[in-house]
Amino acid sequence: MRSATLKIAFLLAFALGWLYATPVSAQQPTPSDNQVNAVAHELYCPVCENIPLDVCSTQACAQWRDLIRQKLAAGWSTQKIDDYFAAQYGERVLAVPPLQRSFNQLLPGLIGAGILAGVGLVFWTLRGSLRSVFVKTPESTPPPPPPTVDAELLDRVEKDLRQRT
Amino acid sequence: MIAELGFGILVIAFAVAVYSAAAAIYGGLRNQPAWAESARYGMLLTWPLITLAALSLISLLLTGHYEVEYVYNVTSNSMPTYLKITALWGGQSGSLVFWSWLMSAFASAVTLRKWDRDREFLPWVIAVSSITLAFFLGLIIFSQNPFVRIWVTPSGQQLLSMVQPAGASLAVVADGLGLNPLLRHPGMIFHPPMLYLGFVSFVIPYAFAIAALVTGRTDDRWIRITRRWTLVAWLFLSIGLFLGMRWAYDVLGWGGFWGWDAVEVAALMPWLAGTAFVHSVMIQEKRGMMKRWNMVLIILTYDLVIYGTFLTRSGVLSSVHAFAQSSIGPVFFAFIGITFGISLGLLLYRWPELKSEMQMTSVLSREALFLLNNLLFMALLVVCFWGVNFPLLSELFTGQKVTVGPPFYTSATGPLWAGLLLLMGVAPLSAWGRSTVKTLGKAIWKPFAASLVVLAAVIAAGTREVSALIGFWLVSYVILVTLYEYLRGAWARHRRAGENLLLALWRLIGRNRRRYGGYFIHLGVVLAALGVIGMQFFQTNTQGSIPVGSSLQLDGYTITYRSLAIFDTPDGRNVARAVVDVYKNGAFLAELYPRRDYYYASQQPMTIPGVRSSLGGDIYVDLVDWQPITTEGATFKIYHNPLINWLWIGGLTFVLGALIAAWPDGEKAPAPSEAPAKEAALPGKA
Amino acid sequence: MTEAPTDIPPVARPVRRLPAWIIGLAFIALIAFLAVLGFELKSIQQGPILRGQQVPAIVLNTFEGTVVNTTDLKGKVVVLNFWASWCVPCEGEAPALESAWNAYKPEGQVVFLGVDYVDTEPEARAFLSKYDITYPNGPDLGTKISQMFRITGVPETYFLDREGKLAYSQIGPFSTEDEIKAIIDPLLK
Repeated sequence: MRSATLKIAFLLAFALGWLYATPVSAQQPTPSDNQVNAVAHELYCPVCENIPLDVCSTQACAQWRDLIRQKLAAGWSTQKIDDYFAAQYGERVLAVPPLQRSFNQLLPGLIGAGILAGVGLVFWTLRGSLRSVFVKTPESTPPPPPPTVDAELLDRVEKDLRQRT
Repeated sequence: MIAELGFGILVIAFAVAVYSAAAAIYGGLRNQPAWAESARYGMLLTWPLITLAALSLISLLLTGHYEVEYVYNVTSNSMPTYLKITALWGGQSGSLVFWSWLMSAFASAVTLRKWDRDREFLPWVIAVSSITLAFFLGLIIFSQNPFVRIWVTPSGQQLLSMVQPAGASLAVVADGLGLNPLLRHPGMIFHPPMLYLGFVSFVIPYAFAIAALVTGRTDDRWIRITRRWTLVAWLFLSIGLFLGMRWAYDVLGWGGFWGWDAVEVAALMPWLAGTAFVHSVMIQEKRGMMKRWNMVLIILTYDLVIYGTFLTRSGVLSSVHAFAQSSIGPVFFAFIGITFGISLGLLLYRWPELKSEMQMTSVLSREALFLLNNLLFMALLVVCFWGVNFPLLSELFTGQKVTVGPPFYTSATGPLWAGLLLLMGVAPLSAWGRSTVKTLGKAIWKPFAASLVVLAAVIAAGTREVSALIGFWLVSYVILVTLYEYLRGAWARHRRAGENLLLALWRLIGRNRRRYGGYFIHLGVVLAALGVIGMQFFQTNTQGSIPVGSSLQLDGYTITYRSLAIFDTPDGRNVARAVVDVYKNGAFLAELYPRRDYYYASQQPMTIPGVRSSLGGDIYVDLVDWQPITTEGATFKIYHNPLINWLWIGGLTFVLGALIAAWPDGEKAPAPSEAPAKEAALPGKA
Repeated sequence: MTEAPTDIPPVARPVRRLPAWIIGLAFIALIAFLAVLGFELKSIQQGPILRGQQVPAIVLNTFEGTVVNTTDLKGKVVVLNFWASWCVPCEGEAPALESAWNAYKPEGQVVFLGVDYVDTEPEARAFLSKYDITYPNGPDLGTKISQMFRITGVPETYFLDREGKLAYSQIGPFSTEDEIKAIIDPLLK
C-alpha cells in the first residue's frame, strides 16, 4: 500500500515536472508561482533569521518574490538572480554561500577522514588486546564448542530473569 | 506587593543556594557530615521558596498586573487562563524562573534518596546542583528580573525598576502585548518545559560524575545511581525535540518539521551527547570499560546544555533581529568557562584512575559496535557545532554574515544517520565480549534476507532514488531485526517454560525492560526515519492563484477553492479563512480550512495550514494570498508530504520505549543490588 | 602496552600521571574554544561603532546613479537614516526628515543620506516619490552599512559630527521635525 502510494507519487511528480518543463510556461506570460518558489527556495529572507524566502509570509518577502518574478520575466538565470540578491542583501541570503559551497564538496571526505581517524585511534588504543584476538585466540585456545544460538539465548533470557530477584 | 514578595523570595532562595553550595563544599573538604547535612536541608528549602516565587509571578500574570514589565510583555486581557499560566515560560525572565524551579525540584528529589552507601558523594552532588541553581537564580536577580515594574515620574518619564524611584508612581496599564502568537500552540506550551526538564535533569548525572571525580570513587557506582536519571533526562529532551518538530509543522506553515535553524541545532547538540552517553554507560556497567569516555560525555552534555542556552538567549545567534540585546551573555560565558575548566581539570587529575577494567576483545563485540555508535554521534555533534558556529566565525573573520542551513546539514549528517541506523540493525545481535563474523552472521542472515525482499518490493514499486532506497532498506532491516529479537526471546521462553507466546513476550519485556525498552526505542527511531525519508526524498509542492471554484493539482490530488471569509475575532485577530475541498483521483476526501491570522497587537501574521492526514502522507494546504475585498481569487501553496505521520508515530513509540526502559522497578528502589549474575567475575572490582 | 593475553585481561598497572603536554593541550583547546566564544560575544555586545568613535568611510550608491562617500563630507554634519519601504514607522517619519533636510539645505552644512535597508528597488523608488524625498538615497548593498552600525531594525538614524565621529543614534522613528533639529543644531555649533 505504501509503496503503491509512492509509485503514484513518483509518477505524478515526474509527470508534473515534465508538465511545467514544457508548454505551460509558454502559455503564461509571467513565470508561475512554482518557478518563483523554486528560485526563492534557494534564498533566505534577508530580514528574518533562517526562513527560506519561498515560505516566509511577511509583506517584505512577498515583495522579494515579486522581484524574482520580474527578474525571471526579464530572462535572468537563477544564478544571476542569486548573485543579484547576494550583492543587494549580503551573502547571508544564500542557502549555500560560495565559501561554503566549496567547503561542502570537501565535507564528505572530511567527515569520512574524521571517522577513520576516530576508528584508527580506537584501534591504536586497543592494539594490545586486538593482537590477542587476531593472532592468538584462533590458534592456541580452541574455543569451547560453540553453543547453538538458541541455547545461548535461553541462557541470556534466563539470566535476565534471575537478575530481577 | 506581590511583586516585592516574589522578588524577595527569589533573593532568599539565591542566598540559600549559595549557602548550600558553600556548606557542602566545606563539609566535603573537611569531611564534616554535619555541614553536608546542613547543605542538604538548604537544598530542600529552595524548592518551596522558588515555588512561592513562581506562584507570585503566576498570580501577577493571571490578575493582569500590566505594570509589571514581564506581565505586560507576555499576556493580554484577551488571552485564556491556561495561556496566562503558561506565559510563565513564554518570555526570557519568566522561563528562567521556571527553569530554576524545575532545577530545585530535581535537586531536592535527589537529596531525598537514601545515601547510606554513598555518603561521600552527597556533599559534592549538592555542591554542583546548588551552584548551578545559584547561577540561574543569580541571572534572574541581577539581570533578568521578571518582577521589574514600570514607573512613571512626575515629568512623565517611564522608568523600569524593582523598587520605587523617588517621586515616581506605578504606571497604569490597561492591557498587555500578549504572548507571541507563534507560541500559542499546544506543542509550544509543552515543548519548552520538556526541553528544560531534559536540560535540568542532565545536571544530576553530571553532579554525580563530578562527585565521583572529586572523591576518587571512580568505579561505576555513579553510573548505577544515575542510570534512571539519565534515561529520564534523555526522555524529556527527546519529547521536547519531537514536540518542537510537531509545533513547527503545525504552526510555521512551511510544510516541514525541522529547518536546521541554529536554535534547533543548539537544542539538538546536548541530545546528541546525551544519546551517546546513554549508550556508552552500558558498556561501563557491563564491561567496566570507557570510564574516561563517559566522563567526557557527561561533562560535554552538561556544558552543551549551558552553551545552547547561552547561544539562544544571549543574542549571539540573531544579531539583526535581536531587539532586546540581553546582558546575560558575559555571565554565561564565565559560567561555561569555569564549569568546563574545573570539570576538565578534575577529569585529567583522575585520568589514570579511570583505567578500563577490561579490554576490548573483539572488533565485532557489542562494546566495539557501541564505540562506533559513539563515534558517529560525536561526528554528528562536530557537524552541528561547526554549523552553529560557522556564521559567527565567518562574521568575525570576513565581516560577512552567512547562513548555514539545510543543504549543509542534510549532506553532512545524512550518511551519519544512515550509519547509525545500520548499527541499530547489527549491534543488538552481537554479544558482549566476544563476537565473531560467524556468530554474528548466523544471527543476522534471516532478517537480512527478509529485508532484501522488502527492498526488491520497493524497487518494483518504482522507487529509483538511490539514497531513498538505502533509507528504505535500512528501515526495513532494523524493523525486522528488532522484531526478530523480540520473537527469538519470546520463542525461547515459550519453548522452555511452555508459556504461550504473548505471555512470554510480555514477561520478557517486563523482566528486562532496559533491553527490550531499548529495542522499542530503536523501533520508534526507524519509524520516525521512515517519515524523514518520505519528506526528504518525496515531498512535492505547488503554488497557484485560482478563482473560486477552480482547482490545483498535485500528485493525483485535486484541491478546489470553495470560499473565503475574512473576519475579526474577539481576541484581537483578523482571520482570513478559506474553504477548500480535497479530492483524490476524483473521489472526495476532505474539506480543509487553511487560514491566515493577523495579530493586531503584535502586527504578526501567522499561517495555519489545513491538513488532511493519513498513514500514506499529508496534504498540507497554506493560504498564501487572496484578493482583499472580493475574495474571488486566492493563492494557495500545497504540499504533499508522504509518510510524514510515521514521524509522529515513531515519536510516540520512542517515548513509550523510553518509559518502559526507565520505569522504576518498585522493589529495588534505592540501591540496586550489585547485580550478582552479571558478567560472572569482574576482576579489579572489589 | 602488551598484556598477558588471558580470556578477560585484567588491568593492574601502577597508576601513572598524565604527561604534562596532554594536560596542557587539553586546556589550550578549552581556552581556544572560550576565546572564540568570547570574540563572538564581544562582537555582539558592543556594536563596532560607539558614540564618539570615528565612523569608517561609508559608500552609498544612490538610486540616481551617483556615488556618495562620507570621507568627502568631512566638515559637514551627516545624518544617516536607515529605512525600508516595507517598514510602517518609516512612512511616519519620512515627512519630518524631508522637511528637516529642506531647512538645512540652503546653508549646505548638513547632509542627509537615506540608506535603504533590504528592500526591492521598485518599491523603494515608489516610497521615495510618494513622500517626495529629495536627499540622496541608495540601497545598502550587501547590508554592509547596516552591519557596520549593527542596526537592530528600521528605522534607525545616526548622526555624524563635523569630524565624522558618531554623535548620536536614534533607534526607532522620529515623530516631529523639531526632534531632528534638536539633535543637529548642537552639532553645528
